[in-house]
Amino acid sequence: MLCNVCKENEATVHLTQMIEGKIKKVDLCEPCSKSKGVDDPTGFSLADLLLGLGAAQESQAATPGLELSCPQCGHTQADFKKSGRLGCPRCYEVFREGLEGLLKSMHKGTKHVGKVPLSLQENKTMKERLKALQGELEAAVCREDFESAATLRDKIKQTSDRLQSLPVAQPES
Amino acid sequence: MSSTIHDFLIPAGEAAKRSGPADKIVLSSRVRLARNLKQFPFPGTGKKSDRLKVLDVLRPAVEGLPQMAERFSDTLDNLTPMDKQILVERHLVSREHAAKGAGSGLVINREETLCVMINEEDHLRMQSLRPGLQLREAWRTLDNVDSALEGPLDFAFSFELGYLTACPTNLGTGIRVSAMLHLPALVLSEQINQIIQAVNKLGLAVRGLYGEGTEALGNVFQVSNQMTLGETESDIVERINKVLAQLIDHEENARASLLEKKPSMLFNHVGRAYGIVANAHCISSKETMNLLSLMRLGVDLGLFPGVQRSLVDELFVITQPAHLQLGLSEKLTAEERDLARADMLRERLKQVRRPAQSVSGGGSGGGGADKPSKT
Ligand SMILES: [Zn+2]
Ligand SMILES: [Zn+2]
Repeated sequence: MLCNVCKENEATVHLTQMIEGKIKKVDLCEPCSKSKGVDDPTGFSLADLLLGLGAAQESQAATPGLELSCPQCGHTQADFKKSGRLGCPRCYEVFREGLEGLLKSMHKGTKHVGKVPLSLQENKTMKERLKALQGELEAAVCREDFESAATLRDKIKQTSDRLQSLPVAQPES
Repeated sequence: MSSTIHDFLIPAGEAAKRSGPADKIVLSSRVRLARNLKQFPFPGTGKKSDRLKVLDVLRPAVEGLPQMAERFSDTLDNLTPMDKQILVERHLVSREHAAKGAGSGLVINREETLCVMINEEDHLRMQSLRPGLQLREAWRTLDNVDSALEGPLDFAFSFELGYLTACPTNLGTGIRVSAMLHLPALVLSEQINQIIQAVNKLGLAVRGLYGEGTEALGNVFQVSNQMTLGETESDIVERINKVLAQLIDHEENARASLLEKKPSMLFNHVGRAYGIVANAHCISSKETMNLLSLMRLGVDLGLFPGVQRSLVDELFVITQPAHLQLGLSEKLTAEERDLARADMLRERLKQVRRPAQSVSGGGSGGGGADKPSKT
């Protein structure tokens, strides 16, 4: 059996992992397994390797000739496909569309539910409050309760002013 | 702080004596977080000048942590290949990080429980390490470290996608929770492949050091989460904890069942392992690990009265190539290393008597027969 990476040497390292509910296999030779960090239990994921081997295909945007690139770091779609890595935080905005499917297949969900930096927690709360207030305002306008609507507008102004003064997350759209 | 990494590191013999819950089967617990600074390209894309700037920002921030008051801190270009290999063999840095040079850094605390890699694949790769099964504790420690750093530092974060990482496989929480397990009885009883598949189905990765299943070096397996987005950090920790508890049970059961149903097969493996490891004149690192694993099992089963598990664990480390080379002025070839390794093993195992022919003592084999307590 030949190595999947160099396609030259005999594969001696055989890996199996469950990805997207399917069993994926990769066979590597000793030097390639070393260079891919496979023998290093702290830094290896088969998903990474498969990405590098072209499993990132679905992230390819259907616009040949017009290659997407990141204005911040210059990373291109081809760079991403080749390395399976993004170039900078901004890249996540730029390659957003193509990433969706990939993230879905890789992770439990596509929305972060874990830790939020303390400095952004208020930002998050304020955003949620703003959204709720806007809903209330619409409802008040609908039932022609203009008194409540005026109060709500004040509250919305206050909240969005506060929000403006807070540190922002990234990419902010 | 001007000391070399060799002066700094806890001697292998002492390090092997650290103990933790369930350390008969769980060798160590590790939690890793990936973080990046908002304003800079990821290390793999940035120019050297970017990496140097990132290092200038991150190194003092990490050194300033109270947990790092006593520390080893250096840049990778100041470390020799030998230093780096030692760190890899101690599982303190990844092979990927060891390959780095100028622009990358490393900060380790006195207890070797906290190890921060700067400009690995991400700007920050922080790791919390504990002996035995202590994933919750490791996460709690690292959560605090991360919270202390996020004040002065501006991490790349989006409400939608969480912490932004160079590789989308780490996106979201940026967390990798893992434990190293010693599962010799599951390998001997040929249940390991089935178990690995079951664990894979739960979305966790299982890796041997080389190859999978029965080929795993030293019967050591690492279990870790693969998904980092769409699940909270503590949910990930608890999910792995549950699976680990089951794996520990399976291994214990496999040991008890081998003792009961196939004692001669078991004693044959342990006896032969001892025979070779204690008497060989030339032995490879791979063979050594596989045989030491069986000796470790023998110690756990009480077949080597008076021998501490820590002796075997120390030998696991000091028979690795760089550790073997340590203290020798001449650079050994691979062949010379195999001779030196055998010399060392014969010397260190001189006092160890050959294994008992059966499990002695009133204990009903396997079950709760734990190590002589050391706290
Ligand atoms: Zn190859
Ligand atoms: Zn970019």
